[in-house]
Amino acid sequence: MSKNVQSAQRDQTQNGQQEQILTVKNLRKTFGGITAVADVSFHVEKGSITGLIGPNGAGKSTTFDLITGVQRPDGGAVEFNDTEITGYRSDQVANQGLVRTFQIARELSEMTVLENLMLAPQNQVGEAIWRAVLPRARTQVVEQEKALRKQAWEMLELFEIEHVAHESAGNLSGGQRKLLEMARVLMTDPEMVLLDEPLAGVNPTLEEKLIDRLHTLKEQGYTFLFVEHDMDVIMNNCDTVIVMHQGSVLTEGQPDTVKNNDKVLDAYLGEEVTI
Amino acid sequence: MSTGSIQARAEGWLGNNDVRLLIALALAIGGLYALFSVVLGFQLNGTVNTLRRVAFLSAIYAMLALALNLQWGYAGLFNLGAAGFMAIGVYTMGILTAPVTASPPGFGLPLPVAILGAILVTGLIGGLAALPAIRLRADYLAIVTVAFSEIVRLTLRAPEFANTRIAGVAFGTGGATGLSLPSNPIRILFYTDPAATAPAPNALGAAIFSAVEPLGIEETLVIGWAYVVVLCLCLGLLYWLMVRIGKSPFGRVLKSIREDQQVTQALGKDTRLFKIKTFALGCALMGLIAILWRLSGGYASPRMFKPIQTFYIFIALFIGGTGSPTGSIVGGALFASLLFEGPSFIRRVVAESLQLSNAPDTLVAAIVELGSGDVIPLLAYSVQDVSISALRLMLLGIVLVYLMQRHPDGLLGHRKAIASSVDLSQRETREDDYE
Amino acid sequence: MAARDYYSRGQNIVYNRPVLVVFAVIGVFLVFDIFRQLGTGTITATDLVSYLWNGLVLGMSLGLAGVGLSMTYSILNFANFAHGDLITSGAFAGWATAFLIAGLGDFSVEALVLIGGPIAVGSNELGINVVNTPLALLAGLLVAAVLTAALSLLLDRIVFKPMRSADGVTLMIASVGVALFLRNFLTFSFLTDSRGLTGGNVPQFTLGGVTFGGHQITLVLVAALLMLATHVLLQYTKIGTAMRAMAANKDLAKVTGIPTERVVKLTWGIGGGLTGCAGFLIALQQGTLTVTMGWDLLLLVFAAVILGGVGSIYGAMVGGVILGIASRLALVWIPASFLLAAAFVLMIVMLLVRPSGLFSGRTTA
Ligand SMILES: Nc1ncnc2c1ncn2[C@@H]1O[C@H](COP(=O)(O)OP(=O)(O)OP(=O)(O)O)[C@@H](O)[C@H]1O
Ligand SMILES: [Mg+2]
Repeated sequence: MSKNVQSAQRDQTQNGQQEQILTVKNLRKTFGGITAVADVSFHVEKGSITGLIGPNGAGKSTTFDLITGVQRPDGGAVEFNDTEITGYRSDQVANQGLVRTFQIARELSEMTVLENLMLAPQNQVGEAIWRAVLPRARTQVVEQEKALRKQAWEMLELFEIEHVAHESAGNLSGGQRKLLEMARVLMTDPEMVLLDEPLAGVNPTLEEKLIDRLHTLKEQGYTFLFVEHDMDVIMNNCDTVIVMHQGSVLTEGQPDTVKNNDKVLDAYLGEEVTI
Repeated sequence: MSTGSIQARAEGWLGNNDVRLLIALALAIGGLYALFSVVLGFQLNGTVNTLRRVAFLSAIYAMLALALNLQWGYAGLFNLGAAGFMAIGVYTMGILTAPVTASPPGFGLPLPVAILGAILVTGLIGGLAALPAIRLRADYLAIVTVAFSEIVRLTLRAPEFANTRIAGVAFGTGGATGLSLPSNPIRILFYTDPAATAPAPNALGAAIFSAVEPLGIEETLVIGWAYVVVLCLCLGLLYWLMVRIGKSPFGRVLKSIREDQQVTQALGKDTRLFKIKTFALGCALMGLIAILWRLSGGYASPRMFKPIQTFYIFIALFIGGTGSPTGSIVGGALFASLLFEGPSFIRRVVAESLQLSNAPDTLVAAIVELGSGDVIPLLAYSVQDVSISALRLMLLGIVLVYLMQRHPDGLLGHRKAIASSVDLSQRETREDDYE
Repeated sequence: MAARDYYSRGQNIVYNRPVLVVFAVIGVFLVFDIFRQLGTGTITATDLVSYLWNGLVLGMSLGLAGVGLSMTYSILNFANFAHGDLITSGAFAGWATAFLIAGLGDFSVEALVLIGGPIAVGSNELGINVVNTPLALLAGLLVAAVLTAALSLLLDRIVFKPMRSADGVTLMIASVGVALFLRNFLTFSFLTDSRGLTGGNVPQFTLGGVTFGGHQITLVLVAALLMLATHVLLQYTKIGTAMRAMAANKDLAKVTGIPTERVVKLTWGIGGGLTGCAGFLIALQQGTLTVTMGWDLLLLVFAAVILGGVGSIYGAMVGGVILGIASRLALVWIPASFLLAAAFVLMIVMLLVRPSGLFSGRTTA
C-alpha cells in the first residue's frame, strides 16, 4: 500500500495551490415522473475532505450513482482528473481511480473479510483464466497474491479489524461492515473515494476512529467526498461543504459560511427554499 | 522437481479429505452393485459390465456437473441450455470427421483435429450466445437458453439439413435418424487395425484378451473399461482445473459476481467479460464432455439432446451442492449410480428374484388385483420398460422438489473454499505457500 | 396544432420504442411481400385465409393456456415449468370424464377411464364431437377445470407454499421437478400411446375453399368467452383488484392489508381452472392426446406470455394470437420443420430487446 500512497502524494500539488480532481456539470436524472437530480454542478479539490449534505431525498446517493456510472445521467457531464468520464460503466470509472461505497453496506457476505479485500485490487494478473491455470504463469499469480495478502493484512490493521479476518463478511456487525467497505475500496488503490454515509450505524468510539483514519489518509494524498447527516461531524472535519436540496446544489463553501446560511436551515426544517 | 516432492505431493493429495471422500464413494457404489450381483448370482461378465456402465455414466455426469458448476455454482449464470451446447459439440465433431464419401458426407478430418474444432466452435457459440444473454434476469436467461437448446435440436433434426450443400460444401446432420460417429478411439490400444470389421488384436490386446477369457469376460468389455479409465483421468484433470480456477483471482471475481454484480463492477471489474468468458468456457467443456460421452456409443441423434438431458445435469449438480468441485463429482456419481441406473438395476433384481408372471395391461387392472390382496401384478406392471422409466423420472422430480425445499444450495451446501491462490492466514511470505 | 401533436407523438415512439418501430417496419414489409406473392400467384388467397384461420386457432389455444401461466408468473414471481403438464393433466382429466359419459354401458369402465390407450376403444364407435355428445364435452370441460384447479392448489400446498420466501430461480427449479413428476405420473398411469379422441362426423364448414373445423370454432369461441370472463373478474371485482395490487407490489399489498395468502390461492385456482380448460380444448381441437402434449406446448406458451408482457392478461391473449398467426403465416417463407424454431427465435429476440413485452407497463388485466 505504501507504494500507492507515495504516488498519490507525489501527485498532490506541493505549494498548497488548489487543483480540481472532480468536476460535475449540470447533472440531471429523472425516474419516471420523479426528478431525483435536477441540476447539480460542483467541483472537489484534490486532497480535500469535502462534505455533501442535504435532507433525505435530496439526491445525494443518486448523484454518486451518476458520477460512478451505476446509473446513466439524463444530461450533464462528469470530469475526473481532466478526463471526461460521463457515461462510463462503473468498472471504467473505478479503473480511473474513482471509487465509491454504498449507503447500505454491500459486503460480499459469503466471502471472508480477507477475500473481500483480496478481490478489490485492480488488474490482477490472475484474473486471466489461462494465467490462473498454466503452471509457469501461475508462479507470477502466486507472487502477486502474496503481495496483495500483505497489503490486505496492513489494511486490516489500519482499520483494526484483524480479529475478523477469516470471518464471513455476512457475520460482521453493522459498524464492522462499514469499515470493511472502506478498507475494500482503498484496496483498489484509488485517488478519490466517494463515501455514502460511512458513519451511519457506527458506534461513537468507532466513529471517532474512522474519522481519524480519514484524516490520516487525507494526509497521504487521498481525496474524499462524503455524505453525512451529522452536522457536527461535517463542520469539524470538512474542508468544503456542498449542500443539496431537491436535486440541486443549494450552496457550497467553508463549513462556517454554510452553517450560517439561512437557506440551509430552512431546507433542513422543510421550509420552502428558493434556489 | 525431485522424486521426493512428487511423493510428498501424492501423499498430500491422498491426505486431502475431498479426495478421500471421492475414493470412498467410488468404492461404496461399486461394492453395492457388486454385492447385489454376487448375491443374486449374476454372471461375472454381466456384473463387470454393469459396473462399467455405472462407472462410465458417473464419470460423464460428474464432468458435466463440473462444467455446469463453473457457470452456475461459480458465476451464477443459469444455463438451462446445456443439452444444446452438448449437441453442438458432438455434431461438429461428427461432421468434421465424417468421410467425404459417407452419407451424409463430412470433412474427413482426423479425430483430434475434429475434437479441437468442436471445442472451439462450441466455445465460440457459447460466447456469442452469452453476449446478449448475460444482461437478462436469471429466469429469463433460463427460458432463453432452454429455447436456444431446442432451436439447436430442431435444426439438427430438420430434414433440410440432413444432407445438404451450402456454398458448394456438402455435409449433413443426418436429420432425425442421427449421425454416425467414429468408432471408439480407445480401440487403437488393443487392435492393429481398429477400423476393420473383425480386427486382429495387437500384442497388448492379445495378452489381455487371453488373460480375461477364462473368466468369461468379453473383448468389448475390456475396451469399455479401458475407456472408463481414460474418462476418469479426464475427470481428474477437469477437477484439478476447476479447483484451480476456483482458487484463482478469476474465480474470486466470479464468486463476487454471483453475490453482487453491482458491487463487483463498482470495484473496477468488467463483469460482462468475466461472465462471457465463463459461459464460453463452460459451453466448450460441455461440448467436449458430450463428445467423450457419445464416442463410446458411436452415434448421435437429436433425441439425446432434449431439455431433460440438461435437467439431469442440474439434478446431479444440486445433489452434490453448488459451488464445490468435489460436490459436483459426488453429485454426478450419486445421480448416475443411484437415480439414473439404480431403478433399472432394481428392476432386474425384482424380475430375477420374484419370477414375475405377465404384467397386466393397465394400471387399473393391477390395482383391482391389488384390492384382492395380490401385490405381484402391480409389481409386474411397475417394472415394465415404460413404467420403470416413468417411475424413475417421478423419483427425479421428487428429488428436485425436495432439494429445492430443504437444500436449495445442494446437499453439500454452497462452497466454503477460500478463493485465493495462497494461504490467507499467513501474513508474510513463506516458502511452503503453494496450495 | 393537431398535426404537430401527432408529429411529436410519432417522434416519441421512434425514440422510446425503437424496437417496436423495427418490428413494425419488418411487419409492414412482410405484409407487403404477402401481397406481392398473392399477385404473382406463389400463394393463393385460400392459402392465406387458411393460414390466418389456423393461426387464430393456435393463437387462442396459446392465449388461453398462457393466462394461467402469466398470472402465477406475476403474482408468485417465478416461471412455472410445470404449467405445460398442468395443461396435459387437465386434458386427461377432462377426456376421461367425456369418455366415461359418452361410452358408459357400451365399453368397460376401465377402458373408458384410461381413455382407450392399451385397451382399444374405437373413438369412431364412441363418436364424440360437439354435435353428437355436447353434454359429455361440457362435463369434460368442467371436470378439467375443477380438477386442474384442485391439482394446482394441491401442488401449491405441498410444493410451493413451504418455499414462499425462496427466490424465483429456486421456485423455477422446483417447478421443473413438479413437471417431471406430473408428466411421468401420467405416463405411468395411462402409458405412452397416442390416443384418438373424437369421432363420428365431426362438423365442419367450407367457405371459399377454406375449411373451418367445428372443434376449431368451438375452441375459439369458448376460449374467447373464458378470457372475457377472466377480464371481467380481474377488472370489476374486489378479488381482481387485490390480485392486480399484489402483482404490482407484493410488499405494499401485504402492508395495505390484502390477504396475500388468499390471493395466491385464488391465483392458483383461477389460473389452474383456465389451464385445465385450455388442455381439454386443445386436445379436442387436435383430436388426439399424448402425455407430452403440454410439455411440447410449454415453450410456445412462454413465448406468447413473454411477447405480450408477463403479468398482463391481455398480453397473454394478444401475444398468443400474434404468435399463432405469425407462426402459421411464416409458412409463406420458411419450411414447416423450422416453424417452432422460428417462434423460439422470435421469443428470444423479444426477451433481449424488450423483456417487458409488447404491452409492458400494466400488470394483470
Ligand atoms: N431508482 C429510483 N426510482 C425512483 N425514484 C428514485 C430512485 N432512486 C432514487 N429515487 C428518488 O430520488 C430522490 C433522491 O434520492 P436519493 O437516494 O438520491 O436521496 P439521498 O439524498 O441520498 O437521500 P438519503 O439522505 O435519504 O439517502 C428520492 O426522492 C428517491 O425517492
Ligand atoms: Mg442516500
